[in-house]
Amino acid sequence: MSDQDTVKRHHFHKANRSLQAYAFFFMFVLYAPIMFIPLFSFSSGLYIRFPIDGWTLQWYGDLWERTAVLNALKNSVRVGVSVAIVSTILGIFAAKALVRYRIPGKGPIIGFILLPLVVPPIIFGVALLLMVNALGIPLSLYTIAAGHIIICLPFAIATLLPRFEGYDAAMEEAAADLGENSWWVFWRVTVPIILPGIVASLLLTFTVSFDEFVMAFFLGGTDLTLPLYVWGQLRIPRAFPVVLALGTLILLFSFLLVFLGLRIGRRGAIKLVDRD
Amino acid sequence: MTVTSELNAPAGADKTAFAGLRRLFFQNESLRGLVLLTPTLVILSITVIVPFLLMGAMSLWTQIGFDYTDDWSFRNYGIILTEPLYTTLLLRSLGMSMAATLVTVMLAYPMAYFLAFHVQKNKLIWLIIITLPFWTSYLLRVFAWRVVLGYEGVINTGLMEIGLISEPLSFLLYSKSAVIITLAHAWAAFALLPIYVSLEKIDKSVLEASADLGEGPVMRFLRVILPLSMPGVIAGTFLMFIPTVGDYVTAALVGGPDSRMIGNLIELQFGTVDNWPMGAALAITMIISITMVGLLFMVLSRLLKRWVAA
Repeated sequence: MSDQDTVKRHHFHKANRSLQAYAFFFMFVLYAPIMFIPLFSFSSGLYIRFPIDGWTLQWYGDLWERTAVLNALKNSVRVGVSVAIVSTILGIFAAKALVRYRIPGKGPIIGFILLPLVVPPIIFGVALLLMVNALGIPLSLYTIAAGHIIICLPFAIATLLPRFEGYDAAMEEAAADLGENSWWVFWRVTVPIILPGIVASLLLTFTVSFDEFVMAFFLGGTDLTLPLYVWGQLRIPRAFPVVLALGTLILLFSFLLVFLGLRIGRRGAIKLVDRD
Repeated sequence: MTVTSELNAPAGADKTAFAGLRRLFFQNESLRGLVLLTPTLVILSITVIVPFLLMGAMSLWTQIGFDYTDDWSFRNYGIILTEPLYTTLLLRSLGMSMAATLVTVMLAYPMAYFLAFHVQKNKLIWLIIITLPFWTSYLLRVFAWRVVLGYEGVINTGLMEIGLISEPLSFLLYSKSAVIITLAHAWAAFALLPIYVSLEKIDKSVLEASADLGEGPVMRFLRVILPLSMPGVIAGTFLMFIPTVGDYVTAALVGGPDSRMIGNLIELQFGTVDNWPMGAALAITMIISITMVGLLFMVLSRLLKRWVAA
């Protein structure tokens, strides 16, 4: 016991202070650049520069008067919600299959599904653009959504897999033995248990789609999503203040959703483990 | 015969002509699994495999005016390999990604180490806070660096305000280093998480054993922790290197003419240049070169491992 304590003291406390300082420095570098977006969004100057002369909410007000922004927001939400629902449903089936059943070639299948996490999105965007074009399908919000599903599926499955690993299949079997058919077993036993995973997956995939730019860039038609709108505005220096205001709202909204998603996704998992 | 088997079937099973099929479905485990996986695999096949095959085919065509000739040839690849512009951009992309990856892995390692060994309480919150930015708008995170590094950006006007410099440092933005810094910042979680996982997995009793055997903290790190966390370092290197090679947003927003990457060239072929077969060939060349560098890195790390072990 005392030996362990010495080791702990040795190991955990010796380099502690400088490492801790480094950790806070790391977090600072991680967040500081992003924080300049909200900071300057309240600056009354047209240009991003110090010193900040005055503070204003004018740019946020301008935002509401731009129908293009509201349209882009509506488009992004539509794409995001559909992508979140489709990829979460597909994710539930796939995660259940991968955890519950002995499937030939499971390793390669998982690798294939997770591929979009690593492969540069430009590759998928370009390849999908070629196919859509060859089939004569016009570029629209639908083609953007198709691209987003490829990117969101790995996130949905990665969020849902631990859920299926975390609970006892015997509960499903018990329900089946008690005479529930498989659809009801799924609906009344499986879904409630994995519900936190479903909510987390919906939140995370929605945000990924909501903020996704590269796929939308290649697969988008005349209807813009929010990131496409922001991209267009970035060429116009005079539009920077409004972009900063819009960016602040997007970041705030995304941070909130992802934080909730990650919390819900993990918290439930810990609870399930505790119960065992 | 069928009547009895239907009676024996689980309650709720339909007495239809599909009963036989249903029984097969419920009895055969891998079949059930595959059926559940089918929608995902079908969608991914349509949206990933078919487009890739098409891209491979198209890269062998040639653009003439507004049309393609569909006689198959490796002409595009020949141009890519012989024109200095293409090879320069390709090598530069690989080099810049490597630099960004190296920087990030080295900066992320101590952070991952801190998380794995020094954070006892609220580990989950730490992890969430670190990963949070990476889920959110990539475009805005890159744009943030333009705000920071710009000619009239945070650093320049900030330093001028304090009086450290009298005129803006023009090399900050639109340079290779700007792109490398931004890439390192934007993809840091990809390098950090695998390193953290591999450090977290290290059995604490191994560390105690090494301390009992009289090794100091430095030797313990070099001889126990570092080797045991190498799989995470290698995974992190791959996870960051591969996607950054194809990045084009960063170079477009904070890079200059000397820091354009292969992704920008691909984007041009599908945009203003309008030479899709060449774009397809460039995309495929990029995948092949990433794979080659990856394989080389894997072989090297194997050799290094054997050399260290010997």
